[in-house]
Amino acid sequence: MSFLVHLIYLSPIVAGVVILLGLPPRRTGVIATVIALVSATLVFVGYDRAISGYQFRSFLPLVTDWDLKFSVGVDGLSATMLLLTSIVALASVWLAPKVEEGENRYYACILFIAAGAAGAFASLDLFFFYAFHELALIPTFLMIGIWGSGNRQSAAWKITIYLSIGSIVLLVGLIGLYLLPSPDQRTFDIVKLQELAATGAFSGPGSRSVYLLLLLGFGTLVSLFPFHTWAPQAYASAPVPVTMLHAGVLKKFGLYGLLRVALPMMPDAARHWAWLLLILLAGNILYVGLATIAQKQLDLTLAYSSVMHMGYIFLGIASYNVIGLNGAALLMFAHGLSIAALFALSGELRKQTGTLNYLDLGGLATNMPTLSFVFGMATFASIGLPGFANFASELLVFFGAFKNSTPGAGFNEFQIVGTIALWGVVISSVYMLRAYRAIFMGERQARWQMVKDMPLSLGWTIILLIAALLIVGLVPRTVLDAVEPGIRLFVK
Amino acid sequence: MTFPPIFFELFVLALGILILLLETFAEKQDRKIFAVIGIVGLAVVFLFLQASGPGTSGMVSYVVDPPAIFFKKLSVLTTIVVLIMSIDYADTIKRFLPAESPQSGLGEFFALPVLTCAGMMWMSSAIDFILIFVSLELVTISFYVLVAYMRRNAASLEAGVKYLILSALATGFTVYGITWIYGVTRQTNLIQINQVLPSIPVDNQPGALFGALLVLIGLGFKIAAAPFQFWVPDVYQGAPTPITAFLSVGSKSVGFIVLLRVVQAFQSLPAVGDKLITAVILLAAATLLYGNLAALPQTNFKRLLAYSSIGHAGYLLMAVAGISAKDSGQAVVVYLAAYLLMTLLSFLVLVIVSTHGGGDEIAQFNGLSKRSPFLAFALLVAMMSLAGVPLTAGFLGKFMVFKVAFETQQFLLLALGIVTVGCGFYFYLKVVRAMYWQPAAANLAAIPVSRLSLTAIVIMVLLIFVLGIFPQVALGLLPT
Repeated sequence: MSFLVHLIYLSPIVAGVVILLGLPPRRTGVIATVIALVSATLVFVGYDRAISGYQFRSFLPLVTDWDLKFSVGVDGLSATMLLLTSIVALASVWLAPKVEEGENRYYACILFIAAGAAGAFASLDLFFFYAFHELALIPTFLMIGIWGSGNRQSAAWKITIYLSIGSIVLLVGLIGLYLLPSPDQRTFDIVKLQELAATGAFSGPGSRSVYLLLLLGFGTLVSLFPFHTWAPQAYASAPVPVTMLHAGVLKKFGLYGLLRVALPMMPDAARHWAWLLLILLAGNILYVGLATIAQKQLDLTLAYSSVMHMGYIFLGIASYNVIGLNGAALLMFAHGLSIAALFALSGELRKQTGTLNYLDLGGLATNMPTLSFVFGMATFASIGLPGFANFASELLVFFGAFKNSTPGAGFNEFQIVGTIALWGVVISSVYMLRAYRAIFMGERQARWQMVKDMPLSLGWTIILLIAALLIVGLVPRTVLDAVEPGIRLFVK
Repeated sequence: MTFPPIFFELFVLALGILILLLETFAEKQDRKIFAVIGIVGLAVVFLFLQASGPGTSGMVSYVVDPPAIFFKKLSVLTTIVVLIMSIDYADTIKRFLPAESPQSGLGEFFALPVLTCAGMMWMSSAIDFILIFVSLELVTISFYVLVAYMRRNAASLEAGVKYLILSALATGFTVYGITWIYGVTRQTNLIQINQVLPSIPVDNQPGALFGALLVLIGLGFKIAAAPFQFWVPDVYQGAPTPITAFLSVGSKSVGFIVLLRVVQAFQSLPAVGDKLITAVILLAAATLLYGNLAALPQTNFKRLLAYSSIGHAGYLLMAVAGISAKDSGQAVVVYLAAYLLMTLLSFLVLVIVSTHGGGDEIAQFNGLSKRSPFLAFALLVAMMSLAGVPLTAGFLGKFMVFKVAFETQQFLLLALGIVTVGCGFYFYLKVVRAMYWQPAAANLAAIPVSRLSLTAIVIMVLLIFVLGIFPQVALGLLPT
């Protein structure tokens, strides 16, 4: 059955190549992403939770000297991420607009970005895990540069330079990780590395520096404060499908990397650097949160909010206990869906009105009852109202942070940052509800009389995303049952 | 069928002389046929090289170890691609030659690279300072002629004079260094030097170090390492483009095999060897920084590639500095193989585009994705590889260099490497931006690509991906 995993990342790549060679872009793209979604669903459902561990594995040895293989397979975490990737990939290809010139390149770029994310989540070898993620870099650069809006050139440069430097820091960290064990034990195989970690092969003196490199490298890719400034501008300028994929899926690569590589291999170093991560993530929640309130445009609000929400996930990771890490994993999934839905809706608003400035908009609920309703749903999901997956996961994250206490010793750093993070929920409801009021409530300006409600095609996409959020929100066990065994392996 | 290895060089030499002779007797022929003869002849040599393995040469100053075989193949391949470029570039050459007859002068232009190739192949096997020096001069003197080949072009002449003077100076450093080393060790053979060094009197150690540093300076000129790089931008910009490619790939690569052998020879005496490594580290740091920072503001593509070639010398020096690691030599080889592909690919596209647009400015590439999607894609792949995007050959090279540097704890170089890779993304993507973002210039005519160039481009693009996706192919280049 391992071919199912191969289908998830191969079908977008193949589709991208044949589109460049001349097949009809839209049809090919949709077919490929549907194939990927079906395979990802089958993998997610077919993943045997009773056995847990890595399943659907297959590999091709490449360099025996280095123990480097092309190796794929899933555990609960990666199956969840692959499902998220294929849902968002289908949604973004489905929503891709008609492009006048270079339509084949437009679709091929989207598909390559999706394939890069999927390949990274499916890889069980450090080399390809890293390589797949970087595959998305150049298509993103091209997409923002050619088809972006607003200040697209500077946005494209910024995201590319930031992410390339982040990646190279990460690369040095990964090389360091590879070199930590004694020469005859060195391997790129993630599964073997995790087994090695149990023998203490990574607890040597170098492990703290290596972990720091990984934290900063992965952190930059996830827009960890203060390396976040690439994100808002890029997300505001990028074409809608790219923003959905990048903010929803690709950015999660850094978090996934921490959960898959950094934490399991170097638990001591992770605990050692927890204080640093706590300070930085407080910056994400508080500083970026307040910056989000100051935004006067919907696209920038959403872009900043997506940076801010990373803070919660980092909090779950920093607390390093089963409940917190569970919450982090679930929130990665939930945030990916909710932010993709919000960006899709804001793209539709921009298409209809030509502006996302709060001062220009207002009272659109009269013309757009459906859109305003689903926008409200997505808003509630993003704030973290009960019923949506975001609520369940944020709750777990807070419990995780507060669990790190020493009885009778008063508040420690985890609880302090946890309290700050709780205020973050208030902050996010302030900016999201303000955005909702500014756009859909109040006086409608005369020039918006002709604005129409959202088209059916967008409706299907949103239903897909919101339904997944609700299902997981009401029955979080669907995801947690898959994720938890993997986490229990390295958290005592 | 096996030949004594030295026959390869002799055959290439004969091929070059044959082309020169034929040219004299074939007045009416289209001269491009000589380039084709050269390409076919070199292709045959390449196939024989591919079939022959490392062995013993029976000579003390000439070895046929795996690196020698690899660098011979690299020289032959480079020369083949340079000849392909020269065919496309022939019309530009003709414009800048005194026109006694429509084709005068072209024959030599095709014959000299073949002779240079023989010199580079020799250098790959040389392990005696005398032989190293002679082959180095064979290469350099051919380049004097080639760089200044477009006699009526002031830039080309300026490049020729600069190259002549500075190369001569570098040669002086090398020879002076060799005499010091000889004075201390009584040997010119690198293997002998390696054996004798530990037993030299302590008082003579500074002399050995001085000699080694002088040789390092001389080689620094050849490989364009800062602070001995200042001839590079002007010479690269002024020389005929195929020759620029030849300089930046061929001349640099064989410089590195000599450097590796020399540095290796001095490792037997840590008191000298360690200081030599420190010098290489400093050289690498300066080269990385200078090459990549100075490339940032460039607007001329040829100059950009000149600075980028300095930058890449920095990464290669990183690998040389890690010579104590097992993979050091392999890192140099893999990096050079990748460098050959991506740099020659860039120059080939540049030659084709500039002969149909009339300039080497990056702005000349504006809108290339619409004029010629194929060329734009090929150059995109080359730029991705030069910048070091994974799944391309360039990434594998960087990966190995960083791995060697980490293994030997060169943390200063690693930190600089992180910064310079970031710079690289900026200036290589500037070319991508021109091709894909910028609106096309007025001239929108499609660019014709000859069948030979088309084949070469397709092969190089495929090889860049093959080396990037299947690392074992690249690692197989230098069997250990």
